[in-house]
Amino acid sequence: MDNALASTGLTTQPAPDPHPHETAVHAEHEHVALPQHRHHFETEEQQREAGSFGMWLFLVTEIMFFGGMFFAYLLYRNWYYPAFAAASSQLSVPLGGTNTAILITSGFCMALGVWAAEVRRRKMLVVTLILTTLFGLAFLGIKYDEYHEKYELHHIPGNNFNVSQFVNPAAYGIKEEPLAPDMAQKTQIFFFLYFAMTGMHAVHLIIGIGLLFWLTWRAHRGDFSSGYVAPIENFGLYWHFIDIVWLFLFPLLYLINRHPLH
Amino acid sequence: MAHETIHTDGTQDPMNVTNPEHAQRHIVRPLQYTYVFGTLLLFTGITIGVAYIDLKWANPVIALGIACFQATIGILFFMHVAYQSRLIKITIGVGFFLFLVLVTMTMGDYVSRAWGMW
Repeated sequence: MDNALASTGLTTQPAPDPHPHETAVHAEHEHVALPQHRHHFETEEQQREAGSFGMWLFLVTEIMFFGGMFFAYLLYRNWYYPAFAAASSQLSVPLGGTNTAILITSGFCMALGVWAAEVRRRKMLVVTLILTTLFGLAFLGIKYDEYHEKYELHHIPGNNFNVSQFVNPAAYGIKEEPLAPDMAQKTQIFFFLYFAMTGMHAVHLIIGIGLLFWLTWRAHRGDFSSGYVAPIENFGLYWHFIDIVWLFLFPLLYLINRHPLH
Repeated sequence: MAHETIHTDGTQDPMNVTNPEHAQRHIVRPLQYTYVFGTLLLFTGITIGVAYIDLKWANPVIALGIACFQATIGILFFMHVAYQSRLIKITIGVGFFLFLVLVTMTMGDYVSRAWGMW
């Protein structure tokens, strides 16, 4: 079958080039001259495909990594639902919602950056990478504010954890049902998962921002505006992956029970 | 010469050598990114709004459904999976499927234990 296709392909080929040697050398040279092309790949398409494939395998391991924490959340939420609902309501929806919008905007800038690299616009690529970084830093700033509030309220799990807001919410002007003291202790499990999940998410963002500084410098140097898009594209995959993790974290941590009956 | 023309429809490469994964270059346009961006923001607003309405058991289902929808359009368009080769699509699908298998098996163990009866 392949032979048949090959032979029909031959019959449709145009007349031989009068200067076959020159053309062949030109095409070969043009291809090999690209600095990013490694000799063990047949073509640039194949190299890029292999790179994307590898990046996705890494992201699949990241799904498993965050997945373990999401599973722990699923179990404990079912087990200690009243504690999870009460603790979740102490998080700030305006701050969490703003952060969600900031992270989506950061992802949008990153997506535009990939486009800028594809169409070889160096300045636009640098600008979009800087905007991506700034929105990432804004997210971390708001996250710091939220963590600091939890620190002041003694809502960080451990010896200094304070359950009084959960056993006697009325004294703090909180319209929630009071929890029994043993259930109120379980709010520590919610906050442990909150800090573990958002903390690991923030660690990913910090690593990403570090990489963004490096990529911005290289983009400014012109590394990614001559057809070499793979580092920008693969970093974009990482950055969007972090966004998507947050799109699950936000409703699961902040929006458990925002509709009390009373 | 072999590198000069690479098409993915197989007519130029009947032996399937130069581009065995049939990788295609597709540049997603900024306008399309803008649509995805707007949709993600819109559904973030919807998920916040719905959380304040008491829908009993449906609240977490809707919240997760919206998050899954947002993740899907993010993966398909921001992450270009809609335009990737079948190899990459299947690999990602297998990754999510394996995660579901692990969750299901662990949940099966969890719900079938005699909690508090020993």
